[in-house]
Amino acid sequence: MTLTFEDLQGIARIEEDRQEGFRHRIHVCVAAGCLSCQSGLIKDTLEKEVSRRGWENWCNVKGVGCLGLCAAGPLISIQPDGTYYQGVQVSDVSDVLDSLGGEPLSRLDCSGQLPFFQRQKKIVLENCGLIDPERIEEYIGRAGYEALYNAVRLMTPGEVIDEVSAGGLRGRGGAGFPTGLKWTTVFKAVNGTKFVVCNADEGDPGAFMDRSVLESDPHRVIEGMAIAGYAVGAAHGFVYVRAEYPLAVKRLRTAIAHAERFGVLGNNIFNTKFSFKVEVRLGAGAFVCGEETALIASIEGRLGRPRPRPPYPAEFGLWGYPTLINNVETLANIPSIIRRGGSWYSGIGSESSKGTKVFALAGRVNNTGLIEVPMGTTLRDIVFDIGGGIPGDARFKAVQTGGPSGGCIPEQYLDLPIDYESLAEIGSIMGSGGMIVMDEGSCMVDVAKFFMEFCMSESCGKCVPCRVGTTQIYNLLCRISSGTAEPNDPARLEDLCDVVKRTSLCGLGQTAPNPVMSTLRYFGEEYRQHIEDKTCPAGVCQVGGVGEV
Amino acid sequence: MEAKVHRASESLDDARRRFVDRTMRRHGYEAHALIETLHSVQEHFGFLDTDSLRYVAKSLHVPLSRVYAVATFYHYFSLQPPGEHTCVVCKGTACYIGGASDILKGIEESLGIGPGNTTEDGLVSIVTARCLGACGLAPAVVFDGEVRGKMTPAAVLDTIQRWADHDADV
Amino acid sequence: MTDRDYFKGKPRTDVNPVRILTFKIDGRDVTAREDETILTVARQNGIFIPTLCHLDGLSERGACRLCMVEVKGSDKLFPACVTLPRQDMEVMTDSPRLNEYRKKILELLFSERNHVCSVCVSNGHCELQDLAVTLGMSHVRYEYLYPRHTIDASHDRFSVDHNRCVLCLRCIRVCDEVEGAHTWDVMGRGILCKVITDLNQPWGTSETCTGCGKCVHVCPTGALSEKGKSVSEMSKRRQFLPYLEMMRRESRK
Repeated sequence: MTLTFEDLQGIARIEEDRQEGFRHRIHVCVAAGCLSCQSGLIKDTLEKEVSRRGWENWCNVKGVGCLGLCAAGPLISIQPDGTYYQGVQVSDVSDVLDSLGGEPLSRLDCSGQLPFFQRQKKIVLENCGLIDPERIEEYIGRAGYEALYNAVRLMTPGEVIDEVSAGGLRGRGGAGFPTGLKWTTVFKAVNGTKFVVCNADEGDPGAFMDRSVLESDPHRVIEGMAIAGYAVGAAHGFVYVRAEYPLAVKRLRTAIAHAERFGVLGNNIFNTKFSFKVEVRLGAGAFVCGEETALIASIEGRLGRPRPRPPYPAEFGLWGYPTLINNVETLANIPSIIRRGGSWYSGIGSESSKGTKVFALAGRVNNTGLIEVPMGTTLRDIVFDIGGGIPGDARFKAVQTGGPSGGCIPEQYLDLPIDYESLAEIGSIMGSGGMIVMDEGSCMVDVAKFFMEFCMSESCGKCVPCRVGTTQIYNLLCRISSGTAEPNDPARLEDLCDVVKRTSLCGLGQTAPNPVMSTLRYFGEEYRQHIEDKTCPAGVCQVGGVGEV
Repeated sequence: MEAKVHRASESLDDARRRFVDRTMRRHGYEAHALIETLHSVQEHFGFLDTDSLRYVAKSLHVPLSRVYAVATFYHYFSLQPPGEHTCVVCKGTACYIGGASDILKGIEESLGIGPGNTTEDGLVSIVTARCLGACGLAPAVVFDGEVRGKMTPAAVLDTIQRWADHDADV
Repeated sequence: MTDRDYFKGKPRTDVNPVRILTFKIDGRDVTAREDETILTVARQNGIFIPTLCHLDGLSERGACRLCMVEVKGSDKLFPACVTLPRQDMEVMTDSPRLNEYRKKILELLFSERNHVCSVCVSNGHCELQDLAVTLGMSHVRYEYLYPRHTIDASHDRFSVDHNRCVLCLRCIRVCDEVEGAHTWDVMGRGILCKVITDLNQPWGTSETCTGCGKCVHVCPTGALSEKGKSVSEMSKRRQFLPYLEMMRRESRK
């Protein structure tokens, strides 16, 4: 089947009518977070209760993707009223239905968390929590695949790339490489066969943006890939996704099947010469496979060990062909940029970093969950306004961004507008978007040890400095946290960090010392207390057997 | 009787092997299907046994040592048969800050095993995960595929105890 | 195109001629084909750059990080074995900073496993030992990790002592690329990496090993050795590699 633009709009109209036919629409979050507090059961109960009351014709219950406020799950939202209920239990179901059309139930209402919902700017997450991720019609109903139509029917590949460049989009996987430039490189590569790879190997501990996007709005990523394929001249795409995300894998597979059935993937898309297919490849639990060359090796069924670059994947990638590798969030931005224009996109964000960024807010903060804010928002806004502050009025200590490649940002930088450059300046990185808030109950030496243990066990073992150096750093940190360190151990740490950072082969090793270096820089006093006073101020480490036992 | 049991398990193996064959066929028995095939083996056999590794190596024309290297490089693959029940403790940053190490400590004190091991009676395997992506619910633990959030050492041990009690009843 | 075309006055028609470029190593002007690495060119000109995982005739890994060099105008360090020169590039192979990094990497290697030279079959013929002498490594500043590794003497002619292994993976490469057996590979990851034969089974039981012994002779340390050798007796012969490489190049022509 080949779609025309009229078909697309027809589907959208039918879908819109269908939605408007319901006086009340109850959206139950069925992303992984809420599912793990029984939201599936709540959805079933709601559906049963609605049909028992004979309300099917005007009251619709559907499962949607992430509503954002994971801490308060299971979450449901009532549309079109815009009421949000938190912590819904099966016993609440009839009360929720009784209150439809009247006053919201005050005991469950969480619309009071207004800053959380209001302070955000949603582009990537614009459909999350609104559409049923397992129905392509709902995505099309929200202007889905319109951007792909515009791209393949009305624009040349060069124009598509120009639009992306004009938007100023930068890679959301962490390093912030300009997306338009990356696309141009692959576009210019001469070889006939090319590939597009979507990197969904979200390995940072404490980050779940990509998972949520794939679970809540998989078609957006597929559309972004298809547009990328058209722009660079590729006919085949791979999504490399973690096997640890079974729900995301399932929804992605469903979405691909639907997209093929509707003809937005496959041969001669929208009656053009452009053909594009997408395949899913499962990761198998190796953080290093987020690195481009390791990811390619893994798709090829080999050991996920990085190789020296150049040559870059853009010229020599999958099976030696030019390959475009973009992160999930980067690709999810593409449909909006093509639909609304690069100049619209570049109007959002800060001077050097355009658009929005999705963060996974977690740790010691009230509103843990998924948020999307314009680049240049301050940490204070994120942690205290959107995040609702620290539970129990404990004192804020630091925010960790960028996962094991990032650093800990102390209180003094709370008012710093965050973008790629500002974070790098203070010794952290944007990373993929994990943001862990820590209060006075968190020990910085312990946090550094945690990340170093991670890097040590995730090191692929290929190059010497990363393989042995991370182990040596970890051992030193263990000594410090157990109170057996010597006064010059911080100097040793710095020296080792320098070797690993300067001489490692890939990004994993080169950035592995960041958590240690940033904590040494901002919380050196805490290291001193561990080493000289043999105490852990946060009471986490068992320094010399005293501490918290 | 014994022979019969043996035959039954053999036909079970055949059925499961067919799933693995299907995966390899879908990829044209190309060497790059190795990881996908190992996923298929683990899904249907629960772990990667030596016979399966040999079978996959032979079918895909991949050297034995390469198959073993891939199977041990990726932490998702296991060469040990899992226990009857699996308890996955998330060790993502949020869960770590939220007390995942206390949970692991509690398990170790009570069952005497650390992550990556199975109790001697084969009842429970303890596994750690690098972030399940349920950071909003830290610390999270997965009991036989079911994610439960905001866990404490006591709550985890309680569930494990219930597994033991239930199995004792049967 | 043949030599005779020149006499007929025909212009060349191949579109991608290999370019030759000139650049500087340690202030000396050198020339290189565009596909030759900095390491290759340095060696042609008798300039020493320490290496461990590199071996002429095998593919490059860029993993030991000992061959790091500096390039004028960049703060980064570049592995000479996989970096191609650019026109007018200025490469420095020797500086106090480089020497310090190389020594530290070497010390990390020494701290990783149990390298006890005095009882090693390769004592006096060991590349790791030679590098320590050349680079002036006097002590190891890092804590020894003292891992517990085994010796596998199940093969009737060779043995492998994992205590001496530096994970250069030359054995894996020679077995795969030259012998074509792919008996060796590396299991696990990070500090737990270990070279294995077949399904991590005793070497003597390997079904794929041809017993050619190439792995033993490319091994830079005493990790792989011939049986029956005592301390300091195991010297390696690897002249065969360039020969094999040359013969293959000829046969491809």
